[in-house]
Amino acid sequence: MPYDIAVVGGGPAGLSAAINARARGKSVVVVGNDYRESPLYRAERVDNYLGMPGMTGAQLLEAYRRHAESMEVDFRAGRVLNIMQLEGTCYLSIGSEMETAKAVVLATGVVRGKKLPGEVKYLGRGVSYCATCDGMLYRGKPVVVVGMAPDAPEEANFLQGIGCQVTYVSARAPEGLVPAIPYVKSGRLEIVGEDGVTALRVGDTELPAQCVFLLRSAMPPTDLLPDLALEENGYITVNRQMGTNLPGIFAAGDCTGLPLQLSKATGEGLVAGQAAAEYVDQLSNS
Amino acid sequence: MSVLHLNESEFNAKIPASSLAMVDFWATWCGPCKMLAPAIENIGGKYGDKAVIAKVDVDANPGLAAKYGVMSIPTVIFFKDGKEIDRKVGVQPADVYTKTLDANL
Repeated sequence: MPYDIAVVGGGPAGLSAAINARARGKSVVVVGNDYRESPLYRAERVDNYLGMPGMTGAQLLEAYRRHAESMEVDFRAGRVLNIMQLEGTCYLSIGSEMETAKAVVLATGVVRGKKLPGEVKYLGRGVSYCATCDGMLYRGKPVVVVGMAPDAPEEANFLQGIGCQVTYVSARAPEGLVPAIPYVKSGRLEIVGEDGVTALRVGDTELPAQCVFLLRSAMPPTDLLPDLALEENGYITVNRQMGTNLPGIFAAGDCTGLPLQLSKATGEGLVAGQAAAEYVDQLSNS
Repeated sequence: MSVLHLNESEFNAKIPASSLAMVDFWATWCGPCKMLAPAIENIGGKYGDKAVIAKVDVDANPGLAAKYGVMSIPTVIFFKDGKEIDRKVGVQPADVYTKTLDANL
């Protein structure tokens, strides 16, 4: 059975959408990274959240999480790679798994990190966002993992385990990487190749690679849904019901634009959660 | 006709003899491939009498994956009389596949 609503992102907007959809009797799954990875978690003090000044970001996130759990929201750890809509069902791929839902609320926050030179050119020809998908195609071959997410070392270990010759590149020394994998400190990165990828250039050195795995903490919204309409500044276009241009796809929080503030996120999450619940009702009535 | 599951010899017999074919290169370990599966089934139901709609498991048929340079899955390749005319890498909206089929029927 598909969920009524899948929420992508477990920050304030996503959890607000989730509890409000639960309050309308809808089944909800929240797919996201560990909430301790949210930028809000590192906020030392939040003073503009009405009635509750002086809380830390961590305190707020922990309270949100407890609230959502008490409302029987399901949680699923992982990175959503793609969303596909087909005849009233949304399919979400999460690593090697899949979830289905009738409606989706995007609450991804601001996805930082520009595309690397060569990334678009070689996508599918040696640039991959999914170690579990494409790793097996590169057994016995040199690959580079560019770690930009906390779970990236695990993915690198997986690739090494299935027989890829892995080099790990990241800005900071990774935790949990198996000793057999060489670590190279990140610099200016460029993906180079001919027909397919041949190497990742890091500063002045070239690391030979037939595949470069770019592991970011979240995918940009248009990578999730290629037909999603965006504003000129890159934020998702939404209406007053937080609906996007795609029926059944809603968005809330920082991913819809400024100001990147808590009250806006939770407020938009409420609107999106209720609108998504209404959409599901209409779908089942039609 | 719906979706055919082809191994290497079936592929070599079937695809060059088809005026239009769409082949989904996939594997069981791949989440996006699982997600694409219902769309491919759906297309198979709608287009199966006009074109060959097929799937190739790259794990069971590494030779085919190598021959066609499949470097990321899912990869969907379109063939006309056995010659590649287009390919879509990664999961695309369902109408991307049907539009390509419509344009080449």
